[in-house]
Amino acid sequence: MRVQGKGLIDRSRPIGFRFDGHRYEGFVGDTLASALLANDVKLVGRSFKYHRPRGIYSAGSEEPNALVTVGRGAGAEPNIRATVQELYSGLEARAQNAWPSVGFDLMAINDLAAPFLGAGFYYKTFMWPKAFWEKLYEPVIRHAAGLGALSGQANPDKYDRGFLFCDLLIIGAGPTGLMAALAAGRAGVDVILADEDCRMGGRLLAETKEIDGKPGFVWVDEVLAELDSLPNVRRMVRTTVTGAYDSGMFGALERVMHHTAQRDGGAPLETFWRIATKGAVLAAGALERSIAFRNNDRPGVMQAGAVRAYLNRWGVSPGKTMTVFANNDGAHQTARDLLDAGVHVAAVIDSRPDAPDIEGVQMIKGGLVKAASGGKQLEAISVIHNGTTEQIATDCLAVSGGWNPTVHLTCHLNGRPQWSEDIASFVPKMGAVPGMIAAGSCNGEMSTAQCLADGVKAVECALGITVKVDVPAAEDDPYRMRPLWAVPGKGRAWLDFQNDVSVKDITQAATENFSSVEHMKRYTTQGMATDQGKNSNMQALALLADATGRGIPETGTTTFRPPYSPVALAALGAGAQGKGFAPERKTTSHVFSEKMGAPMIAVGLWYRPSYFPKAGEKTWRESCDREVGYIRHSVGICDVSTLGKIDIQGPDAAALLDFVYTNMFSTLKVGRVRYGLMLREDGFVMDDGTTARLSDTHFVMTTTTAAAGDVMRHLEFVTQCLRPDWDVRFTSVTEQWAQFAVAGPESRALLNGILDAPIDAESVPFMACGPVSIGGVKGRLFRISFSGEHAYEIAVPSRFGESLFETLVARADAMEGGAYGMEALNVARVEKGFITHSEISGRVTAFDLGMERMLSAKKDCIGKTLSWRAGLTDPDRERMMGFKAVGAAKMLTAGAHLYPEDQDAHRVHDQGHITSVAWSPDLERYVALGMVRGGSARLGERLRMVDGVRGIETHVEVVDPVQFDPEGGRVRG
Amino acid sequence: MVELIAKSACAGLLPLKIGGLLAAEKDLGVLTAIMPFIGQDKAASDMLKAVHGVTLPEAGRVIGDDDTRIIWFGRGQVLLAGPTPSTDLAQVAALSDQSDAWCCVELSGAGAVDVLARLVPIDLRASAFPKGHTARSMIGHMNGSVSCLGSDRFLMMVFRSMAGTLVHELAEAMETVVART
Repeated sequence: MRVQGKGLIDRSRPIGFRFDGHRYEGFVGDTLASALLANDVKLVGRSFKYHRPRGIYSAGSEEPNALVTVGRGAGAEPNIRATVQELYSGLEARAQNAWPSVGFDLMAINDLAAPFLGAGFYYKTFMWPKAFWEKLYEPVIRHAAGLGALSGQANPDKYDRGFLFCDLLIIGAGPTGLMAALAAGRAGVDVILADEDCRMGGRLLAETKEIDGKPGFVWVDEVLAELDSLPNVRRMVRTTVTGAYDSGMFGALERVMHHTAQRDGGAPLETFWRIATKGAVLAAGALERSIAFRNNDRPGVMQAGAVRAYLNRWGVSPGKTMTVFANNDGAHQTARDLLDAGVHVAAVIDSRPDAPDIEGVQMIKGGLVKAASGGKQLEAISVIHNGTTEQIATDCLAVSGGWNPTVHLTCHLNGRPQWSEDIASFVPKMGAVPGMIAAGSCNGEMSTAQCLADGVKAVECALGITVKVDVPAAEDDPYRMRPLWAVPGKGRAWLDFQNDVSVKDITQAATENFSSVEHMKRYTTQGMATDQGKNSNMQALALLADATGRGIPETGTTTFRPPYSPVALAALGAGAQGKGFAPERKTTSHVFSEKMGAPMIAVGLWYRPSYFPKAGEKTWRESCDREVGYIRHSVGICDVSTLGKIDIQGPDAAALLDFVYTNMFSTLKVGRVRYGLMLREDGFVMDDGTTARLSDTHFVMTTTTAAAGDVMRHLEFVTQCLRPDWDVRFTSVTEQWAQFAVAGPESRALLNGILDAPIDAESVPFMACGPVSIGGVKGRLFRISFSGEHAYEIAVPSRFGESLFETLVARADAMEGGAYGMEALNVARVEKGFITHSEISGRVTAFDLGMERMLSAKKDCIGKTLSWRAGLTDPDRERMMGFKAVGAAKMLTAGAHLYPEDQDAHRVHDQGHITSVAWSPDLERYVALGMVRGGSARLGERLRMVDGVRGIETHVEVVDPVQFDPEGGRVRG
Repeated sequence: MVELIAKSACAGLLPLKIGGLLAAEKDLGVLTAIMPFIGQDKAASDMLKAVHGVTLPEAGRVIGDDDTRIIWFGRGQVLLAGPTPSTDLAQVAALSDQSDAWCCVELSGAGAVDVLARLVPIDLRASAFPKGHTARSMIGHMNGSVSCLGSDRFLMMVFRSMAGTLVHELAEAMETVVART
């Protein structure tokens, strides 16, 4: 219910919203949780395992219970914590994990079966019969498991990512963080102040204590106004620092649009930031812990600090008859604040016999709350005191078992927190994250005055500077608390509300020897829900310590890992969805090729035309056959710009080429091109290509499209690490030149139609290169062939690429030729036995390719020595050969394996496999390349070819890899 | 005689104006990769100074103006942008024409640095990356070059083939920044 005169909400601005179909009203400044409590909605969800009723428990991101689904349709988001969801007009939220409704949940039958479903029941129960696991148990469990549900449709929301840099990152904007920001900001330091809340101030907004003689929130507003006036301070609200990483890197999730209904205005729903900083101050505060007792998970049992937050910040009392159960003085303030606001407080139960009194309220000192009663919400508590049990009617019990410093981020680089006997909790270890100083209550300082002073000290410590700033006067009460983890007694006392883990589960784990805290966690699932044990870890390990007879420090904590609070995968992957996944590299002929209707295939990042369909053609094969015909019988044009081109210059350029290629390049004449083979250091083939010599000291190397980057890296390695003494320089010119293959018997005739000076067989013989001019544009011409035909490659600066391609294709069309794509290119090269990375698979040698004679005996080269290893020259190795079908089936397929004709298709009989297949329109049969044991020694032999994946089987004959024009007369024109 | 028509890397893609932000293709003139041979840095620098009025920049620096600019472009490599380099330079350095290899885009306007914060993982604060600074870095998922040309003015260069992706990534980031301001 709303309490008049309290809260920082704007009562002049009401907001309508819906929860589970019912319409309610709240105010600007409300969270969904505060608005639900204001409307007396107590039951908001069901627990994971037993489907027990759940109510709002906390007022922050640690909320274990109030998980709801916000929105509808494709963009609906499950598992939103009602405590961090700001209210906006038209907000629609639904309870989750209940069927058919949260009020009547059939799955609550699990709770009746609880005696059989304790910790470890999965492992014990679903062992037999063996076949049932996959067919029955797992599907049933999977169906029942999970919190919330996605829509199943593509996420329509936009997510964003970015990089930020600062000198000081301050995590948390409570008293410590604000004071730190003030100190650092005034000192001119470049500061980012990040806080997960929509409004900065932390506990100061939730308490009635004064700072500097004024209400806490007034002081906060003054500080924020000053920070906003400083250009060196960037304030980031709704931003959770989720992880600490190496070298001063932090991850942070900013919830940009969750507080509005707007989704399509261009702003992202969330932004995931990587923040690099010189220093950091962790001012993350502390989380209030509970005390376990029977049925302490009933809606209406809440954190005492959360009750104060709802009252003081949102003007809401979560109940009409309040009670408080605590083991510390601080929680007494809850009763005082409620009394001041005119809310009835039935009793304060303090476990300490020597607890102080509170004026105007019934104090039960040395008392314990034994059990809560009520169905879907709290109705009464049983209090045991001096041996007698008393029932007290109440609809909200505020519980406080003390506070746990929020040490999470200090542990993200594998640091472990250390036990502090003073506050009976773990505190951060200094230096656990280099450059990050924990300060304030996350460092175990529990009064406001201590926090303010610690904030200043932390800035000095983090940056090694002295700052002059007056620390305002504030509450400095001692933290008086006596640990109490659980109230002994029968029945189930709950620790982890999300995963339904009780005190009994912890002791059972210890009994069954899952006594390490990490084993206990996995056996019971305590701390494995979305709150990651923020509300239960400390109690659970204290109880485990008790059950195993060890101390708490010896028991230790489980590992704190990022993220601090849940992060959507969409936010982590922001920028990489759809087109953002990888850059697209497009050739200069791309637009024109698409106009011609060419489907594109991805080759690495490049897009290349597969084929160019013509009217009337029904299959790709018809187009491909026609295009192969251009190459073989007239002239075809193909964009080959994607091949890597490396410009190599310098007095030692030839020496470098001799070193990286197996064959000799220093002897290559200027104006000539040579084919080269390149080995890796281990002697296997790395890449192949042609290199042209433009002058004594100037070469242009081409690589395959796939290995262009690898070859560039290899050359960098060789010149930086192996031969830094060589005077040679190189850079990529792949993008500088648009290069087109002009292949076929009519290729020279076509070129002579566009070149400013005609060529002939004498001026440009096979494997010649040189400068040319096309309409005054300076280009390069290479007489090389990847098709076995009389062919050229012509290159012009890329700006002219599209224009030249259009010109070449138009001229070819007029000569009954035309453009050809990757498919036709592949057919021509398979017919000729030319290799690509289908053959250079990374485990073949020059010997395997029949190219062992390309290893020059006159010089050393990278990989030469290791290529001589005995295993790599074994004549029985799988070596490249050609294949043709001789069985009833004429189809050959790449990837099919080869076996002796009289043997089973079994791996022990494997003779090799087919690497490339093409339909040869000229030979009117399939042609294939592949690897077969013994290589050329098997020439003429027949083998079984079995494609187990496609279910194709035939017989093949081993033939020479060159199946078309074996004499090679055509290439010389 | 045929006539070949030139087309720039971002033809049809730019300019792009969103809010107060403008992404426009920048014609840097002739681009030449200059890679001084061993021990020739000073000779190359002196020659550049004498002929083109700019020295060899230090790593991470860009010198000059729209007429003649020289950009550090990686280990042992600078990019001369504007004039055709003096042929004498070839005595002391390898020269490689790169005029058509790069897609060059200038991003300007208030918030330009916030756009880049979404694409470039390096510190671009004015204190760390003022005018005259340049870096080879990632731009989205692309390898590229980023230079600060002045307050709220940045030059970005990626491979020409990736022009479409650069414009796409810029448009997304610009839209985000404008929607948030």
